[in-house]
Amino acid sequence: MYRYSEFDHAFVAERNRQFRAQVARRIDGSLTEEEFRPLRLMNGLYLQLHAYMLRVAIPYGTLSVPQLRKLAEISERWDKGYGHFTTRQNIQFNWPKLPDVPDMLDALAEVGLHAIQTSGNTIRNVTSDHFAGAAADEIEDPRPYAELIRQWSTDHPEFQFLPRKFKIAITGSPNDRVVTRAHDIGLRMVTRDGVPRFEVIVGGGLGRTPMIGQVIRDFLPVADLLPYLEAIVATYNLLGRRDNKYKARIKITVHETGIDTIRGMVEARFAEIAREFDRAATEAALAELRAMFAARDLPSRGRALFEAAHGRDPIFRAWADTNLTPHRAPGHAIVSISLKAHGQTPGDATAAQMRAVAYLAERYSQGEIRVSHMQNLVLPHVALDDLPALHAVLREHGLATANIGLASDIIACPGMDYCALATARSIPVAQQIAGLVGALDIEQELGPVQIKISGCINACGHHHVGDIGILGLDRAGVENYQITLGGSASENARIGARMGPGFAYDQIVPAIERLLSAYLDLRLEPAETFALAVQRLGLAPFKTALYETEAQDAA
Amino acid sequence: MRIGLVITANALLEGDVVWLTASGGLTRDLAEALVFTDRAEAENALAQASARTAEIVGAYLADVRLTADGAVPAHFRETFRTRGPSNYRHGKQSQTGAEPHVSLF
Repeated sequence: MYRYSEFDHAFVAERNRQFRAQVARRIDGSLTEEEFRPLRLMNGLYLQLHAYMLRVAIPYGTLSVPQLRKLAEISERWDKGYGHFTTRQNIQFNWPKLPDVPDMLDALAEVGLHAIQTSGNTIRNVTSDHFAGAAADEIEDPRPYAELIRQWSTDHPEFQFLPRKFKIAITGSPNDRVVTRAHDIGLRMVTRDGVPRFEVIVGGGLGRTPMIGQVIRDFLPVADLLPYLEAIVATYNLLGRRDNKYKARIKITVHETGIDTIRGMVEARFAEIAREFDRAATEAALAELRAMFAARDLPSRGRALFEAAHGRDPIFRAWADTNLTPHRAPGHAIVSISLKAHGQTPGDATAAQMRAVAYLAERYSQGEIRVSHMQNLVLPHVALDDLPALHAVLREHGLATANIGLASDIIACPGMDYCALATARSIPVAQQIAGLVGALDIEQELGPVQIKISGCINACGHHHVGDIGILGLDRAGVENYQITLGGSASENARIGARMGPGFAYDQIVPAIERLLSAYLDLRLEPAETFALAVQRLGLAPFKTALYETEAQDAA
Repeated sequence: MRIGLVITANALLEGDVVWLTASGGLTRDLAEALVFTDRAEAENALAQASARTAEIVGAYLADVRLTADGAVPAHFRETFRTRGPSNYRHGKQSQTGAEPHVSLF
């Protein structure tokens, strides 16, 4: 894992010192809110519906044991004993008080964490594959590159006031688990003749104008990564619209200018600045970072204990069959820990749960924890024979829900329970859908299906790329929920199609139930997933199912 | 149904929801809020309240309905602001002992 350099420590300490003084000046009246607001946002501090919210970056979704323990401590000392993991691999504390925030930031700095650039029109926390360095399908661990991008983008003098926020996601696997095509820049590692390089995707994004990113460079040498990113962001910084917030993201710039014109400008800029970047130094930095991130050799272990528990214990079996992913090392697995216990808030973990996961990571997973954009936690390096003991601890802490990738593994933004921008609630809709599939016990029968819920058009809940997307809106003063179908968050990302009129708050869960029932009736066989059934049949039969009850009621 | 206006904001230090009272103070209970029935008067008071930058953030006017039980929020967002989130008994509802406003399975 990455270890903070002296430079990193000094930089974060200095920012925290500055922010402490800014908070003091706000409280003593020297700064107005207009003056203070941009300063607090640069340090991840929002003012939400009921309280302040502090958004802490978890770079490329990787946490150490001391870091997770510190997050637990912070949640108890200055918040309400829990944290909320987000779709951008951040953690949010929902109840800090303004005078406490400088102390919270100092506590974070003790373990090399901060809230810098988790807001504002800057390059945000770089997200990465939560299975990085462990996945069997991986070409190369993307995190050394992500760390390189973090260092380059942090406090980058040219990019502190971009037209709008800027999000980068990076994966080292052909199977895209980071939704690269819905980011301002997506980086996918590809190989040609055995040489790994990056496919660079630009102009993706969700929000009010969802767009799938387009390839701007199909085969970028890894040593050219930073100058090429700089060329893209510099081009956007010039071209991007500052007259209209809703047209300010790079997706609109690409759409209005055309990918070929943008490519020409980026390549010209790249040719101009590439020589300012020292390729040899980049290669050397990468070599150093690769060494830091490399997992220790995983000792060869048997699988007798795993097989015995799998044969004997149906609860363990259901969990293992659902929540494990193949590891590149034989005899090991990647463990996904669901933060979606039925009826709980998606992405929330209590301090006790964080400590339990930290303990398990220390004991069984080389001290590493990952945060996924699906709002779950991951232990990346676990020996198969340790799984029965690990599962027992997870069960004690309400962390053993066997639903990864299933109907109750729902992404939900905070919605109007917390967010000042929201137009409707998300969390209780997610809780009720999970409660429904739990009560009917149809989750395993339904198989993989991604339900994603956003509480406003900004789409933090990724509803456009869900198999089933739900968007909460305010329609004439009441909550109303629109459904989209057929989206995909995979390497073949696709924006879902909007169904007909939306549903009231008390009608949205029955509508989802009709949709799921229709799928079970229409599929050819259990191997035909929800997504495949929608592909084969088109939207019409699902639309009919959604609205049939209403039509009958009207008749 | 009669409609009124209240001045609401978030407290600077705690960040929680407050309303302006008749005595010019701030309250954390909507029942104690000053209700305006004249928009011009409300806007005037809002301008004054907005200057209280050392106490509150983001003051604005919110519609209320005037009922026999007093002022109640006209919009669901404002209703949530009187209570707190629906997933935990946090925020204002933690003090009043009221049930979270959503029944779950």
